[in-house]
Amino acid sequence: MKLIRDYSVFLYRSGCLAFRGDWRYYLWMGFLSVLCLVGLNAYAKQIVHGLIVTGMSDQVSWGVYIANFTFLVGVAAAAVMLVIPVYIYKNEELHDLVIFGELLAVAAILMCLAFVTVDLGRPDRFWHLIPGIGKFNFPGSMLSWDVIVLNGYLLLNVHICGYLLFCRYRNTKPALWFYIPFVFIGIFWAISIHTVTAFLYVGLGGRPFWNSAIVGPRFIASAFTAGLALIILALQIIRRVTHYRIADKALLTLRGIVQIAMIINVFLLFNEVFKEFYTGNLHVASANYLYFGLHGHHALVPWIWTSIGFNLTAAVLLVLPASKSLRWLDLACVLAIVGIWIEKGMGLVIPGFVPTPLGEIVEYSPSLNETLICLGIWAFGFLCYTIFLRMSVPILQGTLSQAGENAPEPKESSNTLTQPVS
Amino acid sequence: MHGDNCQCSGPKCNSSGENSGQMDRRSFLRKSGLMATGIAAIAASLAPLRELTDMTSVEEFLQKHYQELTPEQMNKALDRITREVERQYSIRPHVRDLKPMDGVEFVYALNLTRCIGCRKCVHACVAENNQSRSPEIQYIRVLKMPNGTFDMEKGDHNYAPESVPEKGFFYMPVQCHQCHNPPCVKVCPVNATWQEKDGITVIDYDWCIGCRHCEAACPYWARRFNFTKPSIPKDQINPDMAYLGNRPRHQGVMEKCHFCIQRTRAGRYPACLEVCPTGARKFGNILDPNSEVSYILKNKRVFVLKEDVGTLPRFFYYFDV
Ligand code: SF4
Ligand code: SF4
Repeated sequence: MKLIRDYSVFLYRSGCLAFRGDWRYYLWMGFLSVLCLVGLNAYAKQIVHGLIVTGMSDQVSWGVYIANFTFLVGVAAAAVMLVIPVYIYKNEELHDLVIFGELLAVAAILMCLAFVTVDLGRPDRFWHLIPGIGKFNFPGSMLSWDVIVLNGYLLLNVHICGYLLFCRYRNTKPALWFYIPFVFIGIFWAISIHTVTAFLYVGLGGRPFWNSAIVGPRFIASAFTAGLALIILALQIIRRVTHYRIADKALLTLRGIVQIAMIINVFLLFNEVFKEFYTGNLHVASANYLYFGLHGHHALVPWIWTSIGFNLTAAVLLVLPASKSLRWLDLACVLAIVGIWIEKGMGLVIPGFVPTPLGEIVEYSPSLNETLICLGIWAFGFLCYTIFLRMSVPILQGTLSQAGENAPEPKESSNTLTQPVS
Repeated sequence: MHGDNCQCSGPKCNSSGENSGQMDRRSFLRKSGLMATGIAAIAASLAPLRELTDMTSVEEFLQKHYQELTPEQMNKALDRITREVERQYSIRPHVRDLKPMDGVEFVYALNLTRCIGCRKCVHACVAENNQSRSPEIQYIRVLKMPNGTFDMEKGDHNYAPESVPEKGFFYMPVQCHQCHNPPCVKVCPVNATWQEKDGITVIDYDWCIGCRHCEAACPYWARRFNFTKPSIPKDQINPDMAYLGNRPRHQGVMEKCHFCIQRTRAGRYPACLEVCPTGARKFGNILDPNSEVSYILKNKRVFVLKEDVGTLPRFFYYFDV
């Protein structure tokens, strides 16, 4: 009982922090809130008029919503690349940083869920998806697997972060049995969210562009690259706008991991390109469309070459010693994130639909309303992550603790988060 | 960049003294002001919802999956649909829930030698099945193929010559193949689409959540999505309706060819077959050895589309010569 009370007080007190900060914090949060509202407004329009306000059609029936969803599942999964070194290889530098990765995973999953929801034609019927109440096509449908693994991953991470922070808040030692098992389940779970998401595509025999065994591994490699790159950037912002100390050494350890993930990613990409183009059978049409255009349609060509350019530059930068300097490392991370976002989003989802199984070519580009909804969801994600950090950094630093519960609140916390997270 | 902006981190500067009550009130006012602004902003951004005309009724919202409806609940659902159609289209429909017949498995056979690409089937289908006229939804797509190839990328979807047929081409209509091993059914997360005993893959339009996974899964591009509220002129409604068939659909759900359930389960031919001027379309019960389709499958040079994807279609193409 007391525990529950304590936990609520802990949540309440850290929650209150989310509303406090200096003017830059307010400015940043205000900016994000406005974007969220703009997105909400666009979504309200979509609810009224239907998905016709997007650029999608019967020919290209998934668009940027699912593309962003796919990318963000990867970001969420990448948190394990911090968890594994810490819990399996007992890496010291990264130990305290794991929680930032896990919080990022939570924010990313929230965005994923939002992206799936806005993609539904009938969001009012979401309860049909709830196991037990609705009618759940399990284990047949990969989408039903996805619902389970995504929500499970969310719960796992919320539990681990919440528990560890709570212990820090109460200044007690976390009970190992109460979180270590979950950490290890979480490692497998992270791989599973990405694998299952890849299987959404791989399982479609009528779409040769997706129906290839390499899609799954490529998903994971690129996810780890982009997700870790995002974590590296986030950590640097944290140490800049708060007093939380993060050693250069930790960042460089992460660089080592990103480096390998990126090399594997590029290698797998090369494998795929070889298989498509060397054999050159009819199934190459989608890949042709993506890389070179098909019968005079080339909407995706500039995108994919930008992506390849970015990915290769990032790979080279990461391998060169230059990226031991943080400035180059940051550049490489930004390039990798943008490159992989394009490749996983526009480059994977859209060409699967072009040409259609009946050979028709209809191109897709997101509409304004669709773009606003996406921006809104991204803003929502940043908002969540900023709030999570605003709550957790003082706890990790010890300025917010149970001991201080009855003492008067500090008027202005020493931690302000005013910078964009990415 | 940090440090200089952190102000006092000690106890609240104003925690003592007689003006603390005033401060509390002021901060309370400020908080409620902020909250009110927030709520107003959210309300304003949701304003477009006021245009929502096609609200889901509570009855529809709570309705169970087709296969779980008791006969009573089904009657209620049919009643509700009748009322809805009447309200919207000012016509009293005859909505039925037709079950598959015993000992019947439907099969379609299409004679490519005879098809002249007139698209009469396409339009008969639209009229029969109450498909949206704007935006246009059509279940049948006719491809104009140059002689000598089956590469569908070479097909023309939008041919519009003065008259058909054109020399050097053949025409290939494609619609739902009612696969024996349907990928669309497998991927649906909520079982909103399934295969019935007579081989027809149906959709419960009141259960589909509109995720469009089935649309991506179908190798024959047979599924159509209601991207917006379908519109049908009142005088063009076909009042003879079936629950799993041609009753009007809502925005945001999937639909597709269902072999005219409202006709075929009542012993009639599909609309596309009846309208075909050349007799290129044949339909019947494959379990009956004396049916026309049984004869065709046994004696003609028959093939199915994309045999390699393993869907085992119940839609066959054949040549006369
Ligand atoms: S043709 Fe397409 S929609 Fe029809 S049963 Fe086969 S997979 Fe499903
Ligand atoms: S769109 Fe409807 S029928 Fe198709 S997979 Fe999704 S829920 Fe099932």
